[in-house]
Amino acid sequence: MTTDVLGSSVKRVEDPRFITGKGRYLDDIQMTGMTYMAILRSPYANANIRSIDTSAAKAMSGVVLVITGADVPYNPLPMAWPAGGASGIQNNINMPRALATDDVKWTGEGVAAVVAETPEQAADAVEAIVVEWEPLPAVVDTEKATQPGAPQLHENAPNNVVFEWTVGDKAGTDAAVDAAEVVVRQRIVNQRLIPNPMEVRGDIGLYNQGTDEYTIWMSSQTPHIQRLLLTAFVTGIPEHKVRCIAPDVGGAFGTKIFCYADMALVMLASKLIGGRPVKWVETRRENYQSTIHGRDHVTYLEIAGRRDGEVTGLRVKTYANLGGRLSTIGPGIPTTLYGRVLSGCYKIPNVYCEVTGVYTNTTFVDAYRGAGRPEATYVIERAMDLFAAEIGMDRAAVRRKNFIAPDAFPYDNPSGLGTAVNGEKIYIDSGNYEPALNKALGIVGYDDLDKAKAEARTRGKHLGLGLSTYLEVCGVAPSKWIGAVGEGWGAAMWESANLKVHLTGKVILTMGTSAQGQGHETTYSQIIASELGLPMDDIIVQHSDTQGTPFGYGSYGSRTSSVGSTAAIKAAGKVREKARRYAAHMLEASVDDIEVVGAEYRVKGSPEKKKTLQEIAFALDLGFSLPEGMEPYLDETAYHDTPNCTWPFGTHIAVVEVDEDTGKVDLVRYVAVDDVGNKINPMIVDGQLHGGIAQGVGQALWEEAVYGDDGQLLSGSMLDYALPRASWLPNLELDETVTPSPVNPIGVKGVGEAGTIASTAAVANAVIDALAPFGVRHLDMPFTAPKVWRAMQSQEARS
Amino acid sequence: MIPAAFEYDRPSTVAEAVDILARNPGTAKVLAGGQSLLGLMRLRLARPERLVDIAGLTELRGIRALPDGGLAIGALVTYRDVLDSALATSRVPLLAMAIADIGDVQVRNRGTVAGSIAHADPASDMPAVVLALEAGIVVRSGSGERVVQATSFFEGAFVTDLAEDELLTEIRIPAQPAGVGMAYRRLEQPASGYSIAGAAAVVGRTAGSVTTARIGVTGVGDVAYRASAVEAALIGTSGDAAAIAAASAHAADGIAVGWDIHADAIYRAEMARVHVRRAIEAALAAAD
Repeated sequence: MTTDVLGSSVKRVEDPRFITGKGRYLDDIQMTGMTYMAILRSPYANANIRSIDTSAAKAMSGVVLVITGADVPYNPLPMAWPAGGASGIQNNINMPRALATDDVKWTGEGVAAVVAETPEQAADAVEAIVVEWEPLPAVVDTEKATQPGAPQLHENAPNNVVFEWTVGDKAGTDAAVDAAEVVVRQRIVNQRLIPNPMEVRGDIGLYNQGTDEYTIWMSSQTPHIQRLLLTAFVTGIPEHKVRCIAPDVGGAFGTKIFCYADMALVMLASKLIGGRPVKWVETRRENYQSTIHGRDHVTYLEIAGRRDGEVTGLRVKTYANLGGRLSTIGPGIPTTLYGRVLSGCYKIPNVYCEVTGVYTNTTFVDAYRGAGRPEATYVIERAMDLFAAEIGMDRAAVRRKNFIAPDAFPYDNPSGLGTAVNGEKIYIDSGNYEPALNKALGIVGYDDLDKAKAEARTRGKHLGLGLSTYLEVCGVAPSKWIGAVGEGWGAAMWESANLKVHLTGKVILTMGTSAQGQGHETTYSQIIASELGLPMDDIIVQHSDTQGTPFGYGSYGSRTSSVGSTAAIKAAGKVREKARRYAAHMLEASVDDIEVVGAEYRVKGSPEKKKTLQEIAFALDLGFSLPEGMEPYLDETAYHDTPNCTWPFGTHIAVVEVDEDTGKVDLVRYVAVDDVGNKINPMIVDGQLHGGIAQGVGQALWEEAVYGDDGQLLSGSMLDYALPRASWLPNLELDETVTPSPVNPIGVKGVGEAGTIASTAAVANAVIDALAPFGVRHLDMPFTAPKVWRAMQSQEARS
Repeated sequence: MIPAAFEYDRPSTVAEAVDILARNPGTAKVLAGGQSLLGLMRLRLARPERLVDIAGLTELRGIRALPDGGLAIGALVTYRDVLDSALATSRVPLLAMAIADIGDVQVRNRGTVAGSIAHADPASDMPAVVLALEAGIVVRSGSGERVVQATSFFEGAFVTDLAEDELLTEIRIPAQPAGVGMAYRRLEQPASGYSIAGAAAVVGRTAGSVTTARIGVTGVGDVAYRASAVEAALIGTSGDAAAIAAASAHAADGIAVGWDIHADAIYRAEMARVHVRRAIEAALAAAD
């Protein structure tokens, strides 16, 4: 059935429009009568609103509407994933507002909205709104927020605690730590990041007075979910009265999964002004303050083991900063997606993790590329290095000694994914970690590390090498698991595909997933071309419109290639089977005698008796002659609920040089051996790894959201928030091992997050290795030049 | 990211431009490449009532050779123009050394050397360069033209000797002493690309001892400066590694060193010393 197109690096069918400026992003959409919305945002991180005077703004030229929280009939927005799901864990929930009513909890929270004839008039009118504020003391530090005397953000959350969640065996882990020959303890910070998709967010709301229906264009990863949330959970408008469309989306990294205030506001505003379209596009500054942030953990880790290198226990306490209110799935990220995979690819018999979710006067925190798993990988990969250093054992050898053995799968890790709704256990289904490690060590020349360090010293550099042998859970997720008590967000996670072969033989595949630049139109076309034996040019892929595509849960969690592709393959299988039955009818043969070779349906033993898929589609569409019970037209829909997540793994190795005079860190080599299973398009896989690695390196070396004590975002623009640049990265040396995933027919695992999950820890371990001569055991990210320089000074002074 | 409303003028002669400036004291801003000004306006951190776009002043375009061996850079010369000019790169290699690293391709295509000087960001590179080159800053108003030495032009963060009714028209770089070497070294703030510390060095040796030492420093204090203590300590020495290191130790002497979320004052001062040392070493290597 397969042809060469599946698994080959065909060029992306999206790129001609993207790279020639012919894409259609949210802000490219123009409509007659368009109006423009701007949002007044809080200048304070913690304040009460005494009054809002919008009269001057309402009187300004071009202003058609000004609304405040009091005018919004639907506050607040939904929060869909409490920690522990429905397990009974106390979650002190404070949901975001469409617009603030009495108070604000972070700088940038929306306070009022203006709709005007032009974007300029809207921006000017926002400045004319007068708010009488009562500023209050703010708290931005996660640990301080939980301590006595800290400003209290919400009445229902004493000490600003959102939840206290645990996973694993406390007694067993306590005993293992108590009995261990060696215990290493370290406080580590996984700093707050600002995700920075190339295209910022935006929406257009359009209300039709004639039909009482709404259409919302949104830069989103999840148009189907947003329709569900905006109707059933926000506005109460019937679901079938709302259509959500995500046009071309210019990157998202998780930030566009969620339900945001602006979506509800453009709906409301369009209705209030009689059905004119209302466009809102955030500024980059708004994106920094009002679209979600990522990471932001403070963790106390304890790793216990024997001097021979065997790790016997891992005990972790994490404080997760969730911001001033909870984003759509904020609590799920530092709990299920973090604590349950903390032990990574290691067979650690005792694992226990406590997570305290914390409110602070900062932007809300939710899923950012990797979402929980980069934080988990950072903890375990730093822990392995700390442990190796403590017992004086080679870092690679410690890892090798503790890897889950290749014959141990399916493996149930002790903080594991637990039990699904039906009582079934969810396991790590496959893996073989040592070959990837060995391959990466070979490529980088690990045996010559000391020589390389000595050579670097002659150039005034301290060279360091860092390993990250990561395990990722992605391809989310079995509905029976994500809906289970103790995990879930109370929804499913299957995917959908509809495949039509038109009269002319041309194919339209409509998907429930939603692309943000990944190249889904290409990879799905490759799959369908392979399944049906057609040229890719005969296939078009449509997605991201709730009218015309089957319901789907969207694209995030590296799920599209595993879950979405399987739905597409199933739909193709249904088309093929119907075509086969109809070919039998046309050829007057029995169905069992029809064999399918590419796009040809042949009578076995009489290859000259055949019909092409195009001929079959033509005749089936006309329907002049149908066998008993057969409906006309080739049009099949399939749904797929994955039996398990996927488990990519690999070894990333970073080599850095630290300048002895300045502390500036240069990444000089980067080797990544990833096992993402089979590949639909190796070029796209490489691209995902390139971008993902760059983002993870960005966290290690440059990126940090910095708040002042008063809650002002000091890194509030790209002048102060450092994103990685291509010229700062070396050529990435990519290689692979291939362990096909057993959960889908093509053996893919998903690669959208792997690079980010692995790379941060690799670079951090490299920098700390470079600083080992200064007695540095640990240093928190980002490893900016001043921070590294200071670490070198203080240690030199001590020695 | 929408600027507040402003009036817009596009004069076609320098006389017309300075007349507009004179009639709108304190409320007009000159727009050249716009790479600093427009960003501030989009954040509404700058709200000029009037922009005087000098793009039409063709007389301010171009790089001219001066008869003394120096160079005149018109106010509309972009960074890209300098990099592409054989005249500029051969006569004053320091310019290209500093410019090659400024911003990105788009910024270098639009941004002007003179605009950077007039804007006087305390962390931009061009002020250190013109200080080390002992350039003259040519300014014109309704009452005529005057030439301000770079060493007296920069007064503070975003503050210069340029009066409200004056237009910066040209930068005149005199011929540099025979046999000097030049170098620019900096540590960039990774987000903005501006310098945490940057050092421009024009250094020469005669008969084994340093006779010329002109060091411009940026990013360290609230205004770019000549590191005169370094220069004094270096002159007359052999210019060997020890002499350079000893002299460079004075790179931040007497300076109120700034700090921000990217670098504290202790580190910034140290980076001034490190990059002054590196610039001198490279300049002397180029001179010999």
